[in-house]
Amino acid sequence: MLSEELEVLAEKERVAQHSCKNHIRVCQGTGCMAARALEVKNAISGSVKEMGLDKDIAVIGVGCRGLCALGPLVTIEPGDRLYKEAVPEDAGEIVASVTTENVERLHTDTKAPFFVRQEKIALENAGSIDPDRIEPYLAIGGYQSLLKVLSEMTPAGVLDTITRAGLRGRGGAGYPTGLKWSTVAKAAGPQKYVICNGDEGDPGAFMDRSIMEGDPHRIIEGMAIAGYAVGADRGFLYVRAEYPLAVKRLKTAISRAERNGLLGANIAGTPFSFSLEIRLGAGAFVCGEETALITSIEGNRGMPRPRPPYPAMSGLNSCPTLINNVETFANISPIIRNGAEWYAAIGTEKSKGTKVFCLTGAITNTGLIEVPMGITLREIVFEIGGGIPNGKKLKAIQTGGPSGGCIPPQFLDMKVDYESLREVGSIMGSGGMIIIDETSCMVDVAKFFMEFCRTESCGKCTPCRVGTAEMHGLLDKITKGQATVADIALLEELCEMVRDTSLCGLGQSAPNPVISTLRYFRDEYMAHLEGRCPAGVCKFQATEGVAQNA
Amino acid sequence: MRRHGYKPQGLIETLHSIQEAFGFLDDASMRYAAASLKVPISKVYGVATFYHFFSLKPQGKHTCIVCMGTSCYIKGAGALIDQIGAEYGIKPGETTEDGELSLMTARCVGSCGLAPVCVVDGDVAAKVTPIALRERMQRTTAHAE
Repeated sequence: MLSEELEVLAEKERVAQHSCKNHIRVCQGTGCMAARALEVKNAISGSVKEMGLDKDIAVIGVGCRGLCALGPLVTIEPGDRLYKEAVPEDAGEIVASVTTENVERLHTDTKAPFFVRQEKIALENAGSIDPDRIEPYLAIGGYQSLLKVLSEMTPAGVLDTITRAGLRGRGGAGYPTGLKWSTVAKAAGPQKYVICNGDEGDPGAFMDRSIMEGDPHRIIEGMAIAGYAVGADRGFLYVRAEYPLAVKRLKTAISRAERNGLLGANIAGTPFSFSLEIRLGAGAFVCGEETALITSIEGNRGMPRPRPPYPAMSGLNSCPTLINNVETFANISPIIRNGAEWYAAIGTEKSKGTKVFCLTGAITNTGLIEVPMGITLREIVFEIGGGIPNGKKLKAIQTGGPSGGCIPPQFLDMKVDYESLREVGSIMGSGGMIIIDETSCMVDVAKFFMEFCRTESCGKCTPCRVGTAEMHGLLDKITKGQATVADIALLEELCEMVRDTSLCGLGQSAPNPVISTLRYFRDEYMAHLEGRCPAGVCKFQATEGVAQNA
Repeated sequence: MRRHGYKPQGLIETLHSIQEAFGFLDDASMRYAAASLKVPISKVYGVATFYHFFSLKPQGKHTCIVCMGTSCYIKGAGALIDQIGAEYGIKPGETTEDGELSLMTARCVGSCGLAPVCVVDGDVAAKVTPIALRERMQRTTAHAE
């Protein structure tokens, strides 16, 4: 389909949207779905029909709005009125309130810090458009970036824009995206691939899922732009099988894009062709590592292999392969649309743009947030997050999942970017941010992560396979109060060894939670040696059999 | 398999299809997949056991998946496992002798805002307490009888 025809489609959709005075948007993200959001949506649609208002009110299912703790969320436009915790029985009242006053019981203030302190780029459309259709995305200017790139820019021009924007990989390590793209573009080979890493394995993180569910076309557009820039004509979206809804919506989105000529041969009448396929993961954390993910797409056990050669030189089927995270691809279209300077103006010196975080654990406003880089942890936890519930005290902030570390409260005023997080012994990671309050035992938390790494270690290299098991054993001993000072020394030694000698990122970062808790919460470890758990989580000898299942 | 052109690369997709159709991967279907895709049986078995998502044993009539993601863990998922264990005498990964109930754990179902979370027969239950889970399970198993 040519760009003029797409514009016609977009205009038609805009007219259709304007013909309805009011819109009711019901969140259909996994979180809200679990709280009966589909029933709520159907009930509201039913009430609208019953009252004969179908011409004035459109009911739309949308992606994640972020405040998952208060779902299902219902938004009424115009006016951006937000209702929380709606149940199907509220439908009548909600519809009636469109033209009148708010239903106080359900109303939530969208001027609250949770909403106004955020800055949305990757999530700008999630929560406002219907992810199952392509027209709403076109209507707000979707795929315009792709068309612009194809008709006005050279691949080198795209690479230059992305490089100047200063975007860094959102998967965790923060490798400059422009540099990665340029390497793949320079690599020689008749066949190149673009892979989107949607294997979001970190427990406590669901940023990528929300983007895939709420705004799937944006990822497709980002990948196609990447394909054009690096010279690839095939792409793979590797998604966890645990995200059935995301898989379904992406499949729909791909077929819609194909039907409208935005994927496939000769996109928008240009010589550029790009096809996209979905590959399902099958529940292996290590497959988030790029070389492991590639072996998994090839149909093997997802085991990493030594780098170099990097995938950029020799990846899928030994061809040059560009592999980026979902959130990275989600940032591409806005950068092309608004220019590199616009993006580079957001964030800090070395970390540009915004980052999506999943705020979970012991915090009032659990959910999904997108904030500019350089915001302080205090702002995230106490302003956006609304503080710790039940009058408890903050003990630590865990970032980066099992590869990250625990940050103690003394660093609350630290700015959040790649460098400063690394400095305090944690990592940015993919964006999980778990708030831990005083009722949790840090040794137990470290043990939990080590258990995770032990199970998820693929077993290819010895330091990781044996090291994580040994470290878990020691932590277990400590939580049972059977350890000595020598055990802690051994644990520290093991941490260093595993970190320095493991093959891939999983092993190298596996000791992080232990290292950081030993660094900041050493007193808790010491207390355990004396047979005392300050948080009262670990059960010692007397009740041991009940609490321990390892 | 036809969709993936009988290529060895399609192995994982094939196993997904088998599991979707039969609920688990039995020896016969793994042998069949190996023969059709021309890969060694050892590799099929290797892949099937490597990924947590694949199950080699039939599941019980009902399943309860307790999310053990970090936020669920912090908010008390351990107590939920203990609760099921005490009630039905099974540990994660096991099925009761009468084939009624399988207890499983998940790494993270991605509903961390609603922690702790259980998935009972495909339905996500949010903010679960041991008592609520007990009622829920009693309802589920009683319903079937």
